[in-house]
Amino acid sequence: MSDPASARSDTFGPDLAEVFGPSQSDGGPDLVQLLTPEGERVHHPEFDHDFSAEELRGLYRDMVLTRRIDVEATALQRHGELGIWAQLLGQEAAQIGAGRALRPQDYVFPTYREHGVAYCKGVDPLRLLGLFRGVDQGGWDPNENNFGLYTIVIGAQTLHATGYAMGMQRDGVVGTGDPERDAAVIAHFGDGASSQGDVNEAFIFAASYNAPVVFFCQNNQWAISEPIERQTRIPLYQRALGFGFPGIRVDGNDVLATYAVTKAALQRAREGNGPSFVEAYTYRMGAHTTTDDPTRYRLNDELEHWKLKDPIERLKVYLRRNGLVDQEFFDDLDAEAKEMGHHLREGCKALPDPKPLDQFGYVFSEMTDEIAAQRDEFAAYLASFEGSHS
Amino acid sequence: MTHQKITLAKGLNMGLRKAMEADDKVLLMGEDVGKLGGVFRITDGLQKDFGEDRVIDSPLAESGIVGTAVGMALRGYRPVIEIQFDGFVYPAYDQIVCQVAKYTYRSQGKVKMPIVIRIPFGGGIGAVEHHSESPEAQFAHTPGLKVVACSNPVDGYWMIQQAIAHDDPVIFLEPKRQYHADKAELDESATPEPLFTSRVVRAGTDATVLAYGPTVKTALKAAEAAETEGRNLEVIDLRTLSPLDMAPVLESVRRTGRCVVTHEAHVNLGMGAELAARITEECFYSLEAPVLRVGAFDMPYPPSRIEEEYLPDLDRVLDAVDRTFAF
Repeated sequence: MSDPASARSDTFGPDLAEVFGPSQSDGGPDLVQLLTPEGERVHHPEFDHDFSAEELRGLYRDMVLTRRIDVEATALQRHGELGIWAQLLGQEAAQIGAGRALRPQDYVFPTYREHGVAYCKGVDPLRLLGLFRGVDQGGWDPNENNFGLYTIVIGAQTLHATGYAMGMQRDGVVGTGDPERDAAVIAHFGDGASSQGDVNEAFIFAASYNAPVVFFCQNNQWAISEPIERQTRIPLYQRALGFGFPGIRVDGNDVLATYAVTKAALQRAREGNGPSFVEAYTYRMGAHTTTDDPTRYRLNDELEHWKLKDPIERLKVYLRRNGLVDQEFFDDLDAEAKEMGHHLREGCKALPDPKPLDQFGYVFSEMTDEIAAQRDEFAAYLASFEGSHS
Repeated sequence: MTHQKITLAKGLNMGLRKAMEADDKVLLMGEDVGKLGGVFRITDGLQKDFGEDRVIDSPLAESGIVGTAVGMALRGYRPVIEIQFDGFVYPAYDQIVCQVAKYTYRSQGKVKMPIVIRIPFGGGIGAVEHHSESPEAQFAHTPGLKVVACSNPVDGYWMIQQAIAHDDPVIFLEPKRQYHADKAELDESATPEPLFTSRVVRAGTDATVLAYGPTVKTALKAAEAAETEGRNLEVIDLRTLSPLDMAPVLESVRRTGRCVVTHEAHVNLGMGAELAARITEECFYSLEAPVLRVGAFDMPYPPSRIEEEYLPDLDRVLDAVDRTFAF
């Protein structure tokens, strides 16, 4: 079977359209949208927000810079400077919408693809490269920006998020009525992770303890080569009801809607009303990672279809049409993006390799005698080579 | 009361209470740890006194218990979690070895993981399958975890407090067969030995027997029996499996020249294999015989009606001692 599309329908049977409906590719009737792919502003009775011109320009700028981070990092991987890179191309709106809805006191538990959220939290994008270059396993202090370490094991962090949220409850920073004090947690994961036991356990713990956590799923339609139909027989957001909390499907390529929905979900959590599930319906326009080849499992048509929904283009159209930007804005942003690219290219190459003896550090909070002995022995071994070529 | 006779279950319960009084960041979590006080009653009365926010009855989800404990530790709490039975730890294995064990390393020391994972372990209680296992080697093999095993009421009281106060994750193994078995006198005003240390529990001159958890009692009985045959065995309670405290072990084996290691876990790639290797590396010229291991056979835990034929007992330890003298 060489045609991926026909392979899918054969595998999953003829009732697929019945289950998902013909509008599945558009997110279905419950999709929350504030900005159409054509750049038309639409309104939603429950989730809306009165965006100022400055806010809109800010969200656009964030998405452009986030795409630049991704493009530069992908190029760095192609040049051999990174071992691998997890691309976010196409998911800028989902990440910036969620990231900008956060307050400083909110805490993020990311996967390995949350470069836009990290940027919103004030983590230097250069710090994200260390893991992919192989010089560290997360070069930022999680508690400095309330942005946790990237998590490779799929879905494991949703439980950490829930436990952290339970800690916030015990610290009395939930439902106090003080907006500067009340806090929440957001857990990011993908559609593939929704199949993991840990994610389902996190839902149960969060619901059971009414934990202030927002489960933010970027449904980008593909878990490496496996389509969303392989993960679920119902739209993902509908699962939340079974766990006892609201599930909302938002247009993940619409930064305005993603922002408004996430803001509401976080506020609900901060106020002590418990967890919610946000399914940001989006599309991974790139590969899963730079080692992946999506042409082996998906049709170019699908990509072309989603390109028309590009999250950056639609806001650009809206900004232009409404006279909210001028050429100077784009020129300045272009210069800023170039500067970001330069920072990443030069910074990446300058990231120092860890020293051989560094590997012995931090297994525990304090060095044990056993590890110190192994370190000393290895140090002596390394020292034995010194001068051997003279 | 500073002097009283207590069981291991009581010692652990008292120790948990002390730790919770000393630090309000200490939380207990697990299945049935609240109103019921745990299926072994180790947390008896603690929820009543410390409240549901500090003694948390959890959903029946082991990975969830460990994973949420990671989050609570990141928030500055010191979670003490109970895995109801050893064989139920496996659903949480990923969270323990990939998350709990590695967070400090991954964060280059910026984050601490002061989590205690209490596991009632070992057999001999007539239970059905998955209730009698000895998974210690799997955790001792994982860098980033510390693994300790208590064997008696007094150690239970002190070691649990020390483990909770420790800043790294500790797998805390409790020999469930001993929970309600023997009483010992506890002096609460005494100064405890440090957590990660082995201890000679019976001095001897002819051979060294290494044990931990449930087999310490077996080893001591074997030493008593050997005495009647004119053999003077030294028994060491390892207490810590990772890191191992080798100094007392090496000193003893250099003196006796013979060593038998006993544990309930499978012999293949178990703690005995590690101990034998280290002793051989360090004491090669002092050894009169190879280090021998007495443990469970390399098979799943059998039906309980024949578990006494599976677990190492006094006779099998003595048989191994005889074999060391035959070299």
